[in-house]
Amino acid sequence: MSFLDYFKGKKNKSASVAKERLQIIVAHERGQREQPDYLPQLQQELLEVIRKYVQISDDMVQVEVDRNESCSVLELNVTLPER
Amino acid sequence: MARIIVVTSGKGGVGKTTTSASISTGLAKRGHKTVVIDFDVGLRNLDLIMNCERRVVYDFVNVIQGEASLNQALIRDKRVDTLYILPASQTREKEALTKDGVEKVINELSETFDYIVCDSPAGIEHGALMALYYADEAIVVTNPEVSSVRDSDRILGILQSKSRRAEMGQDQVKEHLLLTRYNPSRVEKGEMLSVADVEEILAIPLLGVIPESQIVLNASNQGLPVILEEDSDAGQAYEDAVARLLGEEREHRFMTSQKKGFFSRMFKGG
Repeated sequence: MSFLDYFKGKKNKSASVAKERLQIIVAHERGQREQPDYLPQLQQELLEVIRKYVQISDDMVQVEVDRNESCSVLELNVTLPER
Repeated sequence: MARIIVVTSGKGGVGKTTTSASISTGLAKRGHKTVVIDFDVGLRNLDLIMNCERRVVYDFVNVIQGEASLNQALIRDKRVDTLYILPASQTREKEALTKDGVEKVINELSETFDYIVCDSPAGIEHGALMALYYADEAIVVTNPEVSSVRDSDRILGILQSKSRRAEMGQDQVKEHLLLTRYNPSRVEKGEMLSVADVEEILAIPLLGVIPESQIVLNASNQGLPVILEEDSDAGQAYEDAVARLLGEEREHRFMTSQKKGFFSRMFKGG
């Protein structure tokens, strides 16, 4: 910090940027972690089944499990190509 | 029954071996019979930090494979007589550490030791998983820096899902945060994550804060666990951490910088 910055009270706040970035990425990764192990394989098999009928790319099937207190919901999103 | 404590972090270079050496020395100094095991098969380092590198004859893998007895492989520390070191092998494949082999050694050590400290290798591969598998408690060594904090969070996830306690549905591994290489003056300038920031993100209890200190390098140069540098801030911070690990209440120290006077700020640029 230079002489003038001292009086202006100007401060480098990279730590708050770090904190914000970490909070986002850590929350995201914790969400992923709670997903069941079989999910990638389930997604792959679903892709294969759908491909028997419609040509879709890998990223067009999204599978997620949402856990509530009493039950879990398997959420399946399939985007079909435009006609 | 011994208490099994893993010192882990995910990221390399954050101070796992330094911490393992100091925590185990601190426990032993208080009269607890303690063994510290180097799990970093292939890259043995704990022996250097503990100043016993020239006394290694047999190692952890020799014991697992039945080529040596535990008594032949254990090295008794020359400074603290209740402290023993079980060195890692330098030459073997990491897969030489099998779950059954590690369990056999830990069970045998459990009969005579009060504390078993497991110094984990970096990463989340086989060696790191073996080091944490049998743990009752985990010291997660973290630097106030983005990649270290993120990796610590991943290790916490692994402790909660892949440890023996998790697999057996027992009480979860008791987690402790040890923040190392902490620089209070950079924190005050807003250039470094604060203790509170890291605690908030990782959400585990704080065991201690080790200030960044030149003493740490000086000590490792000589093969002296930092905790034996009793007059240094880092040594005292480790001493406090050991006391807290044993259930004592100690106020956290070394978390604020020594305030500089007005003139030294003017001339040294704050």
